[in-house]
Amino acid sequence: MSPSAQDAAVKTELGRRYHFAASHRLHNPALSEEENRRIYGKCNNPYGHGHNYTLEVLVSGEVDPATGMIANLADLDGFVEREVLEPFDHKSLNEDVAAFCSVVPTTENLCIEIFRRLKPFPQAKLERVRIQETSNNSFEYAGDNPEAFEG
Amino acid sequence: MVLLTRKIEFAASHLYNNPAFSPEENRRVFGKCNNPHGHGHNYTLEVTVAGEPDPVTGMVLDLKDLKEILEREVMQRMDHRFLNYEVPELAGQIPTCENIARVIWNLLDPQIKQGKLHRVRLYETPDLFADCYRNGSERTKA
Repeated sequence: MSPSAQDAAVKTELGRRYHFAASHRLHNPALSEEENRRIYGKCNNPYGHGHNYTLEVLVSGEVDPATGMIANLADLDGFVEREVLEPFDHKSLNEDVAAFCSVVPTTENLCIEIFRRLKPFPQAKLERVRIQETSNNSFEYAGDNPEAFEG
Repeated sequence: MVLLTRKIEFAASHLYNNPAFSPEENRRVFGKCNNPHGHGHNYTLEVTVAGEPDPVTGMVLDLKDLKEILEREVMQRMDHRFLNYEVPELAGQIPTCENIARVIWNLLDPQIKQGKLHRVRLYETPDLFADCYRNGSERTKA
């Protein structure tokens, strides 16, 4: 069935949630110990702490009339598994992810890093990522300053 | 502008099969969703309407009206139905989350007379959903 003119007026996105657990410590070596404690509070405790992160990935594109899909979930799942879950799950973000050697792994920065990793997904356009750090905190990034990680 | 969201849940069954594909291709593309007798989900639908609150009632639209529209257009059509065979709007389409969300958008959009339909979000499972927006609209991030 070919998409009707009515359908062309609608933009459709596909959202998928993934889960990973990781530890981090918020600490900026450019700041004094006191300043780090003042800014980051408990998150500055020297041995770090962990979260169960929920990652929401939203992609957009044409719905293929043959499959009814924007992207095959198997492709998206495989890509996210390889680019994010494999390198991040049950890891220390500070120690095990090169991007966070010199960048504080706040969930804001985590959003930007994950967006950068998922942007090349070939089958659909990455619209945004949303990360829930706890049930009370969530962060979103839609790629509006992609150079943030290139500098 | 204020966004107002109402949520409903319905249960339905479906299967994915494209008659233009060979059986092997259907299994390869659709996996478990191609099982011939279908399977079901508890769908959660979130409907968001954008508008200015009426100065007299303080409402973007009357929630009772929205509830009735959702009951008539979505629940009566889709709840406890086999989507492939019992929902004419989905005839000839693979009833993926994307396509069901789009059908729901097209059913609801002409019915919302106060405010404007802003987003339709359909969860097939807690980890899988599709969003529909008016093409070209300024999307408001959640």
